[in-house]
Amino acid sequence: MITAAVQEREHYLNASYGIKSWLLTKDHKRIGLLYLATITLFFFLGGAFATLIRIELLTPQGDLVSSETYNKLFTMHGVTMIFFFLIPSIPATLGNFFLPMMIGARDLAFPRLNLLSWYLLVVGGLFSLFAMLAGGVDTGWTFYTPYSTSYSNTWVIATAVGIFIAGFSSILTGLNFIVTIHRMRAPGMTWFRMPLFVWAHYATSLIQVLGTPVLAVTLLLVLCERLFHIGIFDPALGGDPVLFQHLFWFYSHPAVYIMILPAMGVVSEIISTFSRKPIFGYGFVAFSSVSIAVLGFLVWGHHMFVSTQSVYAGMVFSFLSYFVAIPSAIKVFNWTATLYKGSISFATPMLYAFGFIGLFTMGGLTGLFLACLGIDVHVTDTYFVVAHFHYIMVGGAIMGFLGGLHFWWPKMTGRMYPEGWAKLSALTIFLGFNLTFFPQFILGYLGMPRRYHVYPEEFQVLHVLSTAGASVLAVGYMIPMIYLIWSLRYGQIAVANPWGATGLEWKTASPPPLHNFDETPIVTHEAYDYTTVMEEVIEVG
Amino acid sequence: MSEHIDSVKTYVLVFAALICATLATTAVAFVDLGPFSVVVALAIAVCKMLLVALFFMHVRHSTKLTRLVLLGALMWLGILILMTLTDFSTRGALGVPGR
Ligand code: HEM
Ligand SMILES: [Cu+2]
Repeated sequence: MITAAVQEREHYLNASYGIKSWLLTKDHKRIGLLYLATITLFFFLGGAFATLIRIELLTPQGDLVSSETYNKLFTMHGVTMIFFFLIPSIPATLGNFFLPMMIGARDLAFPRLNLLSWYLLVVGGLFSLFAMLAGGVDTGWTFYTPYSTSYSNTWVIATAVGIFIAGFSSILTGLNFIVTIHRMRAPGMTWFRMPLFVWAHYATSLIQVLGTPVLAVTLLLVLCERLFHIGIFDPALGGDPVLFQHLFWFYSHPAVYIMILPAMGVVSEIISTFSRKPIFGYGFVAFSSVSIAVLGFLVWGHHMFVSTQSVYAGMVFSFLSYFVAIPSAIKVFNWTATLYKGSISFATPMLYAFGFIGLFTMGGLTGLFLACLGIDVHVTDTYFVVAHFHYIMVGGAIMGFLGGLHFWWPKMTGRMYPEGWAKLSALTIFLGFNLTFFPQFILGYLGMPRRYHVYPEEFQVLHVLSTAGASVLAVGYMIPMIYLIWSLRYGQIAVANPWGATGLEWKTASPPPLHNFDETPIVTHEAYDYTTVMEEVIEVG
Repeated sequence: MSEHIDSVKTYVLVFAALICATLATTAVAFVDLGPFSVVVALAIAVCKMLLVALFFMHVRHSTKLTRLVLLGALMWLGILILMTLTDFSTRGALGVPGR
């Protein structure tokens, strides 16, 4: 044992011990790990609901659960996955951990606020968890009125309060990131030297700060109507139910970009590192993040084409929706152009990045189908929509998350993950994913509605395929869970920069010292400048 | 940043103005102005908001960036209202084919 002989270097993990040193920590790296543990739990909870849904859909009859229970299952699946897993997933874990390091800062601007935001997520999660255990909710994750305010006999209030609280967690994270990026950059780290991961998080934070308060207000209005019968959304009380949809989607369409933009940031880092080239059109990719954030606020009505929204407004929203596709396409084309003549290696993070590009493209293009008024009337509220957003959220966002987790695992833990197992699971996830969700495009196009558990027999084959895919996918998700935990103890010791990457986070030890850098780094190069890394590698030997 | 600190007198005056505006809102609520009731109430509310932001929240003396943040927030509120009204004010303006 060579390591035992050497005096162990102090780093953020061994600087202090004990449960209090974690629960009261102000270190952004430890808070990132707290978030990681929390969202992993929610991911498996949401996965459990999904499993029950898929098993029920094996047969055309409703034989496993009643209709009421089925309504609760898909609601709790959506609520858990969206509000308690995907929204915090990359920003609160990888963003928390690496955003300060990438700009050469010792921590976020407001470390206490950062800890508070984790507690808010936990408290919000506990409220919603209580609602689920006490009997569940059945409104769908969208809480459409007047059902949610006047008719549902389930735990709407507890769930809404939980989401309300978790929303503030999201707002505080966004605020913290914005201030950190403005004020904490190391000397020489100009705006256009920032890694694209940081740009993506800047754009995400803008959405979190500008959009989430509207969700909070909307949920409060729902509570006012449900508790005190103040007529806002229920026509019987003089309200307008479509107003709810406007307010809800004003947040929730931009929220889909809260989920995907950080993943795009991860993919930019990975693609550059494993093709050893600067990202093609850096400025375009950086600005496309910001323009996605802004344009994302102008298209929400595409969720309301059949809601009795005016036909004119539908046309405006349809038209504007096509614009959002432009910055998304800019990113995809620029990543592809980066690969051109690159020195590509197929390490696990790169496999996830490739998965992301392909699946996000399919998800995005089917988004354009849906944004087309005439087609949407045909496929709205069918499995086509379900397939669309799972291609983006699961095929895109979760692939990005897993890619980033593998990419930075050596830095976070000081250990390498086992490459062979990791590649196997990446492949399993890709295959399982497509088998689960591709049949759903066909199902939806043929007319299978979403949110029903009894269906005509001719749909069974496709549903069985989808359920089979889901079990492959579940295995694919379990394998990393096991080997990542295994690697904490038995993984190879990681060096400071195992991938030969360029970011500042790789210029400090793995795992990083308590204050990230032994001395404040001074930045003299653009992002993704591989010539300097090569020199360093040669110098070190 | 904010070396300028307003005098206590300014704060008291602003506070008095806010109270007066509140009384005015209440008073106007008893007069039937038809659709203009809402207009007047909102106009007073906007004035109060400006007083609070400019004086109590020191926007008057803050950096360009802070003002940009405020402006951005107002613009986003504008988007929310404008696009929602785009729907509300044109309902039924175009016929639905086949109906
Ligand atoms: C490329 C731009 C995109 C366009 C043009 C687009 C378009 C649409 C449209 C028109 C719908 C409504 C379908 C309907 O209900 O009839 C929809 C639904 C949805 N999209 Fe997208 N989308 C895009 C990107 C995304 C992204 C990036 C995400 C997620 C990260 C996403 C997640 C969703 C979700 C969750 C729904 C369903 C919401 C529900 O009703 O439960 N979309 N999309
Ligand atoms: Cu949308």
